[in-house]
Amino acid sequence: MASLTITDIRKKFGSQEVLKGISLSINASEFVVLVGPSGCGKSTLLNLIAGLETINSGEIKIGDDVVNDVQPKDRNIAMVFQSYALYPNMNVEKNLSFGLETRKVPRDEIKKTVDHVANMLQISELLKRKPAELSGGQRQRVAMGRALARDPAIFLFDEPLSNLDAKLRVDMRTEIKMLHQRIKTTIVYVTHDQIEAMTLADRIAIMKDGVIQQFDTPQQVYDNPSNLFVAGFIGSPSMNFIPCTVIKQNEDTGVIFKTGEETSFFIPIKRTDLSLTEWIDKDVIIGVRPEQIASGFHLQEGNKQIHEIMCTVQVLEPTGPDTLVFVNINDTKVTCRVNPLDAKQPGENMKLMVDISKVLVFDPDTKMRIGNVA
Amino acid sequence: MGKETSKANDKKLRNIKFRNRLGNLIPKIMIAPTFTVSLVCVYGFILWTIWISFTSSKILPKYDFVGFEQYNILFTQEPRWWVASLNLFIFSGLFIAICIALGLTLAIFIDQRLRGEGVFRTIYLYPMALSFIVTGTAWRWIMNPSLGLERLVQQLGFSDFTFRLLVESNVAIYAVVIAAVWQSTGFMFALFIAGLRGIDNSIIKAAQIDGASLKKIYLRIIIPSLRPVFLSAVIILLHLSIKCFDLVMALTSGGPGYSTDMPATFMYAFAFNRGRLAFGAASAVIMFITVMAIIIPYLYTELKGTRNAR
Amino acid sequence: MPGKMNVMVGEKSPGMIAGRIIVYTLSILAAVYFLIPFFVMVMTSVKTLEDIKSGNLISWPREFTLDAWIKAWDSACTGINCEGVKGYFFNSILMVVPSVAISTIIGAVNGYVFSKWRFKGSEVLFTFLLLGCFIPFQIILLPMSGMLGWLKISQTIFGLALVHIIYGLSFTSLFFRNYYVAIPDEIIKAAKIDGAGFFRIFWKCILPVSAPIFMVVIIWQTTQIWNDFLFGVAFSGSESQPVTVALNNIVNTTTGVKEYNVDMAAALIAGLPTLLVYIISGKYFLRGLTAGAVKG
Ligand SMILES: Nc1ncnc2c1ncn2[C@@H]1O[C@H](COP(=O)(O)OP(=O)(O)O)[C@@H](O)[C@H]1O
Ligand SMILES: [Mg+2]
Repeated sequence: MASLTITDIRKKFGSQEVLKGISLSINASEFVVLVGPSGCGKSTLLNLIAGLETINSGEIKIGDDVVNDVQPKDRNIAMVFQSYALYPNMNVEKNLSFGLETRKVPRDEIKKTVDHVANMLQISELLKRKPAELSGGQRQRVAMGRALARDPAIFLFDEPLSNLDAKLRVDMRTEIKMLHQRIKTTIVYVTHDQIEAMTLADRIAIMKDGVIQQFDTPQQVYDNPSNLFVAGFIGSPSMNFIPCTVIKQNEDTGVIFKTGEETSFFIPIKRTDLSLTEWIDKDVIIGVRPEQIASGFHLQEGNKQIHEIMCTVQVLEPTGPDTLVFVNINDTKVTCRVNPLDAKQPGENMKLMVDISKVLVFDPDTKMRIGNVA
Repeated sequence: MGKETSKANDKKLRNIKFRNRLGNLIPKIMIAPTFTVSLVCVYGFILWTIWISFTSSKILPKYDFVGFEQYNILFTQEPRWWVASLNLFIFSGLFIAICIALGLTLAIFIDQRLRGEGVFRTIYLYPMALSFIVTGTAWRWIMNPSLGLERLVQQLGFSDFTFRLLVESNVAIYAVVIAAVWQSTGFMFALFIAGLRGIDNSIIKAAQIDGASLKKIYLRIIIPSLRPVFLSAVIILLHLSIKCFDLVMALTSGGPGYSTDMPATFMYAFAFNRGRLAFGAASAVIMFITVMAIIIPYLYTELKGTRNAR
Repeated sequence: MPGKMNVMVGEKSPGMIAGRIIVYTLSILAAVYFLIPFFVMVMTSVKTLEDIKSGNLISWPREFTLDAWIKAWDSACTGINCEGVKGYFFNSILMVVPSVAISTIIGAVNGYVFSKWRFKGSEVLFTFLLLGCFIPFQIILLPMSGMLGWLKISQTIFGLALVHIIYGLSFTSLFFRNYYVAIPDEIIKAAKIDGAGFFRIFWKCILPVSAPIFMVVIIWQTTQIWNDFLFGVAFSGSESQPVTVALNNIVNTTTGVKEYNVDMAAALIAGLPTLLVYIISGKYFLRGLTAGAVKG
């Protein structure tokens, strides 16, 4: 295991700048997930770390060594690809041992390693099969096995689970996490699936258009996203963004939630970490997660953080444990996560409670968060 | 860090860089021979031929410069060139039209899931495996004015039947068309059947559900969606026509007289048999320009298409 | 190909049955049309000259004889020589084998570079190379014959094979590139990380999955080069002619009686090798034809 330090990397394909100054500092043994919409440059970054593409500027350090000019094979990394990239002409055993053979590892040692890895991933019975004779899940295991056999300092995963069906994906996710807990190798894991990112990562790097938007623990990224993009990207269903104007009513600063032709509610926003006094009469975007507009909060006397509003239900989407209720606030479609027993039918009015203790406020122009960004 | 180790590191780094550069060179080194050969034997030779066409070279190359004289002779004083051009025009027009029509018809037939499809395929396509020289020899015999087709039909009872394409100079070019069509129709058949099989099934199912008749489905949906195949077919056949040399040589040797001459045989006759290098070169340049005028726009759209698709 | 075309003349109504019968009839007629010339060639080649003169194209031989074949092989006159096509047949083999082998191997490496080791300008280079697929060869005949003379290999089989290699490279490179493009780049990346270099990847990962394209290219090149006439007639001497040129000379020899049966036997001999290749591996032949067709 080794640390990985990336400093101000830039990469161009022709005139298109794909990575625009990426810096990341990843500790040894850390599990870092790189997440972002497709086309944002995740694979490119991984390829640069692997040495499969050359960087235009910046520096990559593995451990204490600058590896900018080092060939992929000498970087002591291993990579798992989305398409698995198994050698179609070799059986599983050969696939696992190819990298070792190229490195002239003695035969008996290769055999030991292959057996060990095959055992660990439960693919011992498949050793003599060709990739074409394996199921998707088995191929995925072999691809991981090929990386494991090399016992590298860093693992690079490029969307390794994207080609699996939903159930298998969840199973493999857990297995990868357990594997990491066991071998403790540094992992950089790319995905476009934010749930995978949340569940796997020690830290998440969220990327958009070749720029890292935020690099933090899953909980921090969820609770304290630094901008609109991160806030909307992480979490499912995604955060609601309600355009509002900040006003002052009596002593309180707050916003108006208009839920119908004649119904609107003043929501005072008063928090120690968030002051909107400078924003009075200006437009902001209020970010509320679905579970923060719900039905089940205890309305305690004196709790200033919870406010009741009345909305008309538009559509219901039961998910089992919760039901998603879609309502209109300030002409924006808003998702609320409510107890199935409380859910009203479409067209009916429903009382909902807004928990403002975790509400986020964004500047509509800069798209950045307002207030103390952690 | 000591001075020694930093020096050693430096050396290591330089070593790595050198090896990287060497590694990057390998692909280029592998391409280099082909590149060189292409540069000399395609581009260089084309330029040389163009150059020679502006000289007065006869049997041996002579590097004087006479401007467009050879072209002038070619277009204004050489009736044979006009015969060759006209022949190419007639030949390519008929050849392309008939091959495509027959090939498409056969493809539609075979597309009806006939039994023995493989056998039909094999039979339709086998002439493509033959040399044009073999084809020409065979058809020359079949169209033999006394013992060939004419005799056969006469013996079948039509005693007035005459078939003298090969010996009548004003129609001999049609003999070339017949043989060429026989050889190339299977090719067109193969292109069209591949095109037909590549059409998205669901479109056709949707049309069937909409109640369109078979004829209508073909005319309105399937054939229009074969447009790219038609384009390739025309280009290929045109290309074949302009290059057509062997078939003419085997079937008519350009005769009777020079009535079935084509640009390809014309060029050969003048450059190689009559020792008029510059004149032959000029005709080759005209052929080259014609082909490029057809191929380059086609390739341009093709390549653009594939790039967008990726 | 997912699912076959579903449009067909259905089997239900009588009208449709009639339609189906017509389609079958016409398809069979077309097959007959394609087969007749071959049939005529075979019939003529096993007849005697008298038989030919008294019968017609498709009449059954009164007397079945292989004399014409023997003569075509052994003693027919090609111009002044009267030794049949056998020597020229072997010339063709001597020309085809090395030129197919070399142009295929170089094409494979080129295709590998153009698809998997792209470098700055490699796409341009590839397009540059493509021109060789399309030029009418008349444009290079004169300088090529000059170069062969300069290299002192004009009118030799070696020179002829060299010409075929040179002008086959564009095609073979194109074929291989288009095939290798479909192999995922990630396999190459994985192999690089596994420590393999240019040659090792080619040898261990690319070549083992290349059998089909090798078949296609070898068959394509074999038929192209065997069937060639233009280079043969332009660059070979009387001793080094390929069989197509010899055949043309036999047919055009004007001295003596015209022996149609010998002509046909010689034509069949010249055509049989490629015909055999076609019958044995028509699938690959067809693939080469359509693949080459898309760009040529
Ligand atoms: N080899 C390449 N040549 C040109 N553009 C490329 C290449 N690889 C990637 N790109 C471009 O770089 C951008 C980022 O690609 P990629 O890193 O694959 O995105 P991601 O993995 O996040 O989906 C895309 O717009 C893609 O088109
Ligand atoms: Mg990607």
